[in-house]
Amino acid sequence: MRYQPLSEADRSAMLATIGVPAIEALYADAPTETLLETPLDLPSGKSELDVERFFSRLAARNLPASHAAFFVGAGAYKHHIPASVDHLIQRSEFLTSYTPYQPEISQGTLQYLFEFQTQVALLTGMDVANASMYDGSTATAEAVLMAHRLTKRRKALLSGGLHPHYAEVVRTVSRLAEDDVETMAPDVRAVEDLISRIDDTLSCVVVQTPDVFGNLRDLTKIAEACHRNGALLIAAFTEAVSLGLLKSPGAMGADIVVGEGQSIGNSLNFGGPYVGLFATRHEFLRQMPGRLAGESVDADGRRSYVLTLSTREQHIRRDKATSNICTNSGLCALAFTIHLTLLGEAGLTRLARVNHANAVLLAKMLAEAPRVEVLNETFFNEFTLRVDGDAAELVENMATRGVLAGVPVSRLFPGAGLDDRLIVASTEVNTDEDRAAFVAALKESL
Amino acid sequence: MLDRPAIVEPLDDDKIPATFTGNRGLDQEEPLIFEIGRLDATGVDIGAPAPVETRLGALERNAPIGLPGLTEPETMRHYVRLSRKNYSIDAGLYPLGSCTMKHNPRSNEKIARYEGFADIHPLQPQSTAQGALELMQTLADWLMKLTNMQAVALSPKAGAHGELCGMMAIKSAIAAKGEGTTRNVVLIPQSAHGTNPATAALLGFSVRVVPAAPDGTVRAQAVKDALDDDVAAIMLTNPNTCGLFEREIVDIADAIHAAGGYFYCDGANFNAIAGVLRPGDFGIDAMHINLHKTFSTPHGGGGPGAGPVVLSERLAPFAPVPFIRRKGDSLQLVEDAEGAQSFGRLTAFHGQMGMFVRALAYMLAHGGDGVAQASKDAVLAANYVRASLRDVMTQPFGDRICMHEVLFDDGWLRGTGVTTLDFAKAMIDEGYHPMTIYFPLVVHGAMLIEPTESESKASLDLFIATLRDLAQSAKAGDMTRFAQAPRLAPRRRVDEALAARKPVLRWEEKTAAI
Repeated sequence: MRYQPLSEADRSAMLATIGVPAIEALYADAPTETLLETPLDLPSGKSELDVERFFSRLAARNLPASHAAFFVGAGAYKHHIPASVDHLIQRSEFLTSYTPYQPEISQGTLQYLFEFQTQVALLTGMDVANASMYDGSTATAEAVLMAHRLTKRRKALLSGGLHPHYAEVVRTVSRLAEDDVETMAPDVRAVEDLISRIDDTLSCVVVQTPDVFGNLRDLTKIAEACHRNGALLIAAFTEAVSLGLLKSPGAMGADIVVGEGQSIGNSLNFGGPYVGLFATRHEFLRQMPGRLAGESVDADGRRSYVLTLSTREQHIRRDKATSNICTNSGLCALAFTIHLTLLGEAGLTRLARVNHANAVLLAKMLAEAPRVEVLNETFFNEFTLRVDGDAAELVENMATRGVLAGVPVSRLFPGAGLDDRLIVASTEVNTDEDRAAFVAALKESL
Repeated sequence: MLDRPAIVEPLDDDKIPATFTGNRGLDQEEPLIFEIGRLDATGVDIGAPAPVETRLGALERNAPIGLPGLTEPETMRHYVRLSRKNYSIDAGLYPLGSCTMKHNPRSNEKIARYEGFADIHPLQPQSTAQGALELMQTLADWLMKLTNMQAVALSPKAGAHGELCGMMAIKSAIAAKGEGTTRNVVLIPQSAHGTNPATAALLGFSVRVVPAAPDGTVRAQAVKDALDDDVAAIMLTNPNTCGLFEREIVDIADAIHAAGGYFYCDGANFNAIAGVLRPGDFGIDAMHINLHKTFSTPHGGGGPGAGPVVLSERLAPFAPVPFIRRKGDSLQLVEDAEGAQSFGRLTAFHGQMGMFVRALAYMLAHGGDGVAQASKDAVLAANYVRASLRDVMTQPFGDRICMHEVLFDDGWLRGTGVTTLDFAKAMIDEGYHPMTIYFPLVVHGAMLIEPTESESKASLDLFIATLRDLAQSAKAGDMTRFAQAPRLAPRRRVDEALAARKPVLRWEEKTAAI
């Protein structure tokens, strides 16, 4: 087997050193009745060529974004990733190292995490950020738990514009952790009245902007209402590129900012792995979950980086830890930070403008198309349509015409009576031809 | 045993030449991007946006963010230089116990980047992603066969997330039996991973510690003594964190079941037994499988991982959404379990697809017999290290067969002035990543060595010879190799206390002066 260096002669020599007759003797502690008498019913090993053939056949049964006119968003976005990003993250020293427990031989990982934390803090308009979480949804659930610890209250209010999967993750954790959570009705047009629901029993309010329907939300007044009542405002986002063009959540008064970082540096990957972003204010640092890289010096006085404040974490604090999390999303955070370094402020701003312009162009074309209506007043690169008919069927029909048109709201909010709504995203990858194909397929399918 | 392979002149610190740049040959210093980047520099050329009337309302940003940019050649150099400050499994033996640093095949990286996997959206129509669902189902089938369990939840994002998933299923099952308010205790052995008590506490359970016997394993009698009507579950790692097989695991399972509780098995160490033993045969109810350990998806500097959970028939109905169901000729992803007993949703989408691809590629390359051989070689390598060091280092539970990792304590260092930490740092100067140290917490000065099946005998022999040589130096009182170590790494020892006392967690103009 190509991955196994030991020969039979090696194995025999090693067994002799150990003083047992066969490898099976090393499993002597296992209860006899659990030892397998016959090999498992599993196929034999394959050559690299045959493994690749197997997966090529499976891959061919999927329709990749790059083979379609692609407008699917709602939490994950198709962007162009420079080739240098994928090259760099496959460097052995990044790909095949582990958590930087030994800082003397892990400065590469520690320094990029420190840079990543700074970039995330700047983007979100916050003081500090951690070294990343699993994804945006789990970061949101962790933020709610953090708010409970900080306020010593145990009730969260979720906006009806929050991605429903994020809301479900929060509700699942809250129910099983025996905390309260209230979720507003799906708020397609960003008209819900959150402020009148905020009182001094709440630990936090979670609001997403741009929201799942694409609307932009001004958080300023909600933040003020939260703070009047001793509650925290958690701002969420699923499209990190939007921060290149929009006021930061921190500037609008958010106390904790969480989001999905996939759209910078990371592929769609059918949903994972992604990278959760998590930032907050200095005063809340000690209750922040997740790993942190910090600056220090070595014995020669040279600037160095090291994992720090680990007394918050499970391997030290066990059942008193801020979270059970033991890992971050290292390589995805690396892809994020490399792509953002390549972009820089100038590139990110321009990328965000192109995204917005492409979405505006599409919205204009659809505004003139029959049997559909753009519902949004404001949006960044994503908006919601009302269509004459069932959006899920429409999406299936358009897919047969080479257009992946978006996410039917009924898939996200089943049973909410929103079967005629469709969430459409447009990024820099879309061309005039893609937009024309969208409109043409729409007319043929409706 | 090998002799020392090459004698290197002892290093006299005074002889290290000062350099103008601070670089030492290939060991190059690298500033932060904030010190070399510019707000107007970019490494990505983007066409001009179409002229449109914006739809941003009053929410357009009106102040700079402060993000530096680098051109592409500068970016390459920055990250290549950083990468060279890292140790990696590709460069050397990486014996971190409990972490499983084994070979990461590059074919798996290539396959994960096929457009049909990397470039598909989690919410595109399921009719356009049938190959992806088939892949997930095939992975699930392998995991069920390898464990003899009845269901799999694929969505957990890492081992600790898998623990959360398994314990959520257990909590839901208990609630369904109407015992939600009474069964609120989880039994956990002292040697457990910190994630176990943290997970239990997150779900509102209180933790009752089960003592280990003098041989480092848990006795069924100790579990029985700790059982009562309040106990919801036991969380037990097998093989355990001391690298030992829990001999009474079947009796422990019977005891917890007889008392009305569930058995959560921490499957972090499944790589010792995969293909050889099936956890379902021990009587467990739930177990997470770290795909990044047992099935070799790259550790990536600390993630992303993947932690699918196998479930017994009793817990299967409570599995989270989404899950896959066969419907005629096609596969269907069930994302909404309205009316069913599913405990809910753990993450936005369907789990770590990128990791599923790599793990399944690893399984198919090995085959069932190859997976078993990998486990056996891992156990063989750990026992070989044990047998080759047992005369110079001490083991906390006596000299007995271990599984895929061997645990030493610091008894043999007593009186030498050398600590476990010093010994680990001296290994860095010898070109090795240290083993896991000071874990498990129950063993004084623990050194947990996991060589994995990826090492050749020559590689193991050199590693053993190096540790024997270091051990001799320690016992001979040669403090120069230890007190100052590491002296040859990109950095000397880093002041962790300073970092915690005065946290500097991001770059700001003023920090550049340090």
